Amino acid sequence: MSILVSACLLIGGGFVLVAAIGLVRLPDLLMRMHAATKAGTLGAGLLLAAVAFSVPGDGVAVKAVATIVFLLLTAPIASHVIARSAYYAGDIKLWDKTHLDELAEAIGSGEQDSAHRAAMNQGNPPRSSARASRVDPPGTNDAVPADA
Amino acid sequence: MTLIDLTLIEWVVYITLAVLSLAIGAAFTRVLRGPSLPDRVVALDLVAYLAMGFLGAYAVLSEQETYIDAALVLGLLAFLGTVAVARYIERVESNESQTES
Repeated sequence: MSILVSACLLIGGGFVLVAAIGLVRLPDLLMRMHAATKAGTLGAGLLLAAVAFSVPGDGVAVKAVATIVFLLLTAPIASHVIARSAYYAGDIKLWDKTHLDELAEAIGSGEQDSAHRAAMNQGNPPRSSARASRVDPPGTNDAVPADA
Repeated sequence: MTLIDLTLIEWVVYITLAVLSLAIGAAFTRVLRGPSLPDRVVALDLVAYLAMGFLGAYAVLSEQETYIDAALVLGLLAFLGTVAVARYIERVESNESQTES
């Protein structure tokens, strides 16, 4: 059992160190996010798994597993939300050697689409249109046009 | 207690705590350097995960189960904080685009 706990601790620590190195060394926000979210989640999860295996007491393993599940559920959501808002806020400066930005193309054709839809929806009640203009900057809708 | 007296688990925990400290330091350099706000938020998110791992490793060392609760609460707060800052970034951007147009 102590071998298992030691392996979890060492591998988890290694993953977490890789995540931190990636956070420092990688060139743009999305790559840093990739390192921090995936390796960081796995590393922290392994460290908590070591707790579940080693610490005696009622319900410790349950709490540790619940924490791991919570981490696995929320880390991708948090990363997605921050990446999405940063992209639409224009804070992201992609790496020089990035070849393909499919989201920019989709937004480019999506702006015409949403402008068209706004022209179609002139008769809508003002509340929904005000909400749309407040929450959604142009092209924020997730629906990619079928011809994109 | 000399170094010889440590058990395998204690050795491993001390090594892990040292590695985690290095990782937290590295993540904080990104918090200080990060060119934009999302960079800093992502780095602080990783710092929160690292603190969770730190609490876990220390729980293995001390065999106190209370640290796990602290790790759970820390993860919750990190998630809420990240989502709140993401909403903030989005709202600031939409306000700017409204004043520009």
